Parts: sequence; C-alpha cells; structure tokens
Amino acid sequence: MGRYLVRRLLQSLLLLVLVSMIAFAILHLAPGGPLAQFVATGNLGQEDVARLMAQYGLDRPVPVQYLEWAGNLLRGDWGSSYRDQLPVLTKIGIHIVPTLEIMVASTLLAMFLGGMIGILGAVRRYSFFDHLATVGAMVALSIPTFWFGLAVIYVFSVNLGWLPAGSRETIGDGSFVDRLHHLVAPCIVLALVSTAVWSRYMRSSMLDVVNQDYIRTAKSKGVPAMRILLHHALRNALLPMITITGLHVSTLLSGALVTETVFTWPGMGRLFLDSVSNRDYPVVMGMLMFTACMVLLGSLLADLLYSAADPRIKGAST
Amino acid sequence: MSAVHTASIDSPPQTFAERYPALRRFLRHRVALLGLAVVLFMTIFSFAGPWLIPFNETDTDIRARLMGPFVGPHIFGTDPLGRDILARLMYAGRISLSIGFAATALSVVVGVLVGLVAGFYRGAIGASLMRFVDAMLCFPTIFLLLAVAALIEPSVTSIVVLIALASWMEVARVVEGQIRSLRERDFTLAAESLGASDSRIMFRELLPNAVAPIVVAATLNIAHAILAEAYISFLGFGIQPPTPSWGNMLENAQSYLTNAPWLAIVPGLAITLTVTSFNFIGDGLRDALDAKLDR
Repeated sequence: MGRYLVRRLLQSLLLLVLVSMIAFAILHLAPGGPLAQFVATGNLGQEDVARLMAQYGLDRPVPVQYLEWAGNLLRGDWGSSYRDQLPVLTKIGIHIVPTLEIMVASTLLAMFLGGMIGILGAVRRYSFFDHLATVGAMVALSIPTFWFGLAVIYVFSVNLGWLPAGSRETIGDGSFVDRLHHLVAPCIVLALVSTAVWSRYMRSSMLDVVNQDYIRTAKSKGVPAMRILLHHALRNALLPMITITGLHVSTLLSGALVTETVFTWPGMGRLFLDSVSNRDYPVVMGMLMFTACMVLLGSLLADLLYSAADPRIKGAST
Repeated sequence: MSAVHTASIDSPPQTFAERYPALRRFLRHRVALLGLAVVLFMTIFSFAGPWLIPFNETDTDIRARLMGPFVGPHIFGTDPLGRDILARLMYAGRISLSIGFAATALSVVVGVLVGLVAGFYRGAIGASLMRFVDAMLCFPTIFLLLAVAALIEPSVTSIVVLIALASWMEVARVVEGQIRSLRERDFTLAAESLGASDSRIMFRELLPNAVAPIVVAATLNIAHAILAEAYISFLGFGIQPPTPSWGNMLENAQSYLTNAPWLAIVPGLAITLTVTSFNFIGDGLRDALDAKLDR
C-alpha cells in the first residue's frame, strides 16, 4: 500500500509538470499575447508596450518565462492578476467556495437520485422503468447544461416564481435559508448529468453484485429480499461508485462553469470567464493549473479510498 | 465459386442482413434506428430546408419583431430583429452539424495517429505519448476550450480545430488499447516475420482490425463536438453573429426568457434532439460491433 501510494503520488506530480507546460505553451504561443487588449485600445505607444513587456517579463523567451513562473509556483507564489493586482491564489480562494457549494450539493443530490434510479433499474431489470431510465439517462447526457438551466429558470422563476433566477443570495439578506433557496436551482441543473452518470453505473454495479455467489447463498438461506438488497448487495455495489465520483470531477467543473454563467453564480466559472475575456494571463494560467490539480486529486483520492474501502484490493496491491 | 459452395453447405440462403451480423444487430436496436432517422432528418432539414421556405437567415423585418411561433407566416416565430427563427435554425444547423462532423474527422485522425504510434512503439515513445494524453485529459474540457477560444480569432475553421484539439484524447486511448493487444496476436507476428515494414503493419494489419471501436468513439465524438460548439458559442467565444449556429442562437435567449421563450426552446430542442440521436447511434453501434454480444 505504501509503495503504491508513493508511486501514484509521483505519477500525479509528473502529470502536473506536463499539465503546467501544456497550459503555459497554449497561452503563450497564442497570437496577440497578454498585452493584446492594451495594444488594441490604441492609447499605448510603441515604447509603452515595450515597457509593459519588460515589466511583466514578457520580452524574454517562453521557456525562461515558464521556468520563472514554475519556480515561483513552487514557492507558493502563483502570480497576481494583471487587472487588480490581487494574488491569483487569493482570487481563486474567494471564488472556490461558491463553486464547491454547488459541486458538493449537486453531487449529493445526484448520488441519492441516481443511486435510487440505478438500484430500481437493476432490481426490475428490463422493466418499463428500466428502459425509461436508460433512455432518460441518455437524453440527460445530451441536453446542453445551459439550456436546462434556462428551462429551470423559465419554469420555476419566471412562471411559478418559486426560485430566484440567479445569484447566490438576496442583497441585504444572505441568511442560511436565503442561501439555500438560491442554491436549489443551480444544484438541480448541475446534478442532471451526474444523476444520469450515477444511475447508469449504479445499475451495472448492482447487476454485477446481484449475480454473485454470496447473494445466491443469502437467498437460499432465506434472508428477506429487502435485507439482501440493502445489507448484502448495496454495500458492495457502492464500492465502485467511489471511483466514479473521483473521475467525475472534470465533468463537474465544466458543468459548474456553465451553470454559474446561467445563474450569475460568483464562483470559479465566472472568474475564469472574466479572466479569459480580459486576457488576464496569470489568473487563467493559475486556474488551469488549479482545476487540473482538482481533477488529478479526484482520481488519486478515488484510487486510495477505493483500495482502503475494499480489503480485496488492499491485499492485492502490496 | 467457393463462396457459393460454402454458403450452400454452412447455412440456408441468406438475406443481406443475415450475412452481416453487425448490421442485423444494429437494425434490431430500435432507439439507434430512431436516432439515425433524426440525424438524417436534421441534415436534410438544415442543408435542403432553406430552399423550401420564403425567408433567409439575415433578412430583418421590423414590423414582425419577436413574433410568437405558429401565429403568422413565421412557423417558429421571429427574433428581436424580426429574423425568421426557422430559417436561422436551418442555416445554424449547417454550421453546427458541419462543425460536429469536421471536428470529429480531425480528432479521429489525430487520435488514431497518436494511438497507433503509442500502441505500436511501446516503451519510451508510447509511454510519453500516453502521458501527454493523460495530461491533456486533466483539463476540464470547457476550461480548455474557453482558454484557447478567447485567444484566437473565432471562425468556423478555428472552432473546428479547437474542438478537435480538445477531443482527440479519447480516440487515442481507445486506439492505443486496441493496438497494444492486437500487436501481441499471431497475425502481427506473421507480418513481422515476413519482413513487413512498421508502417505497413500499423496501417494495413493493425488499423483495419481496430475500426469497430474507432467508429463507436467517433460517433459519440460527434455528439460531444456539437455540444462543445453550443457551449462556447453560448458563452460568446464561438461562432460570431450574424452567422447563426445553434449555440449562438441561444446566446441572447436568456434576456428574452420572459416574453419570448421560443427563442430558447427552438434551438435548444434542435441541439438536444441531434446530440441524443448521435449518442443513441453510438450506443447501438457499440452493441452491434461488439462481437462478444453475438447471440
């Protein structure tokens, strides 16, 4: 286990180095460069641009810039925004909480809903419900998230007036209930894809377990069906779901960006869109790194939790 | 001669579908067939449709702004500039479907090449290529798409290249896995011992045997590409107006949600229908081409 952990950590670190190189290359080899929008205003002369280039260190070769950036990163300095001079990590820190809020809330919702749908589909295999759930999951995966968001706003905010159409809290209120009220719609929207994914994996995981010998043994011993389902089968069927949740971080982050845009939610997605439109390179770079870290961490945690939760794996990997 | 001979001994006379078990399995997959029908319809609708209606996608009609659907001559209504939504939907379909197909074609080419080389030359080359794939997959898709989309001049071509660059990795993984296992098989060894060159083995021996999973991955990729275009155009970094795309038709729909919901409903339905259909076709193809499931 220890050696496996070290190997996985080293692999992830290596990947992070690669990720940083790719992100840096993409941003710095693109036409225009960070100063494009200053130049486009036409208010800057040639020497002003040159001075800015020198000030930001942009006049040096890209590999040199990369090494300096990476060196600073290792010392905990992620650079600061071109726009408001705030440190990148501070900006990310401010915006990550709302994003985590909708990510965690929607994941819980998806686990519950998707889990129920998946279990029912497995128990009543090939029933009308099972077919409906299969087709429904496929449709859910195909609906553009922002469009579903617009539909939720149209029905629940515009027509029924039950839910606020956006933002994280009513200005001047901000109580727990008020925040919860604002959380409902984005949470439902972000949970759509996750629910579909969960229900599919839950169903197949449950089917795998149900066909195993120990379930047959339990049945033949006369254990009630409900107890077999919840006590014997579900516990093992839930194990692979740890991995699914971990591998889902990337999709969830993409979905969060779109959801946040529709609901004017002040999270990472908004920050990223703002930074990208203003060519705020340090922030964009920092956020690409940060989200990649989250994705890697997700799969790493999934691996470790899975081997910790399943004694069969633990025995095999040492 | 020999073909007729074996057919008469092994089995009774065959219909076309019976001779191709994969096709038979696909034809039994009803949702996939439905998906195929919808895709065909959307394609014809988008490419031939504009000839059948008396409006085009850019003509504005000040007297007919924000007209509701099914009330006047405009079947799906009009937008805030008085442009016919049906016509825009058709022209937008040309753009969105073309981007879906073109981006997929490009990503399959890149993915197959990378996967082929990585699966064939294991060791340092293969490992470093696949680590590169892993690293690319660490970026959440939308973040990667937007980061690049904001930097480049948006046009149909650049959006195609951009979506392809963000979606070739899955194909590469599928191909690499296939090639790695096919490489161990006897026919590869036979070709090698006959002195066939590396590229001949890769393209003539290995690649044809890996076509099935590539086809499945490509079909699902079309669905992802159409969605990706919709996302970046909705967020304002994709296809730029006045050229319509299904994604940018939705860009301003949110501000008119209260009094003109059809602006959001119509293009959204088109995207959902088309993407769902490609997903169903991909699903059906996977079932049909997976020989292990042959019953």
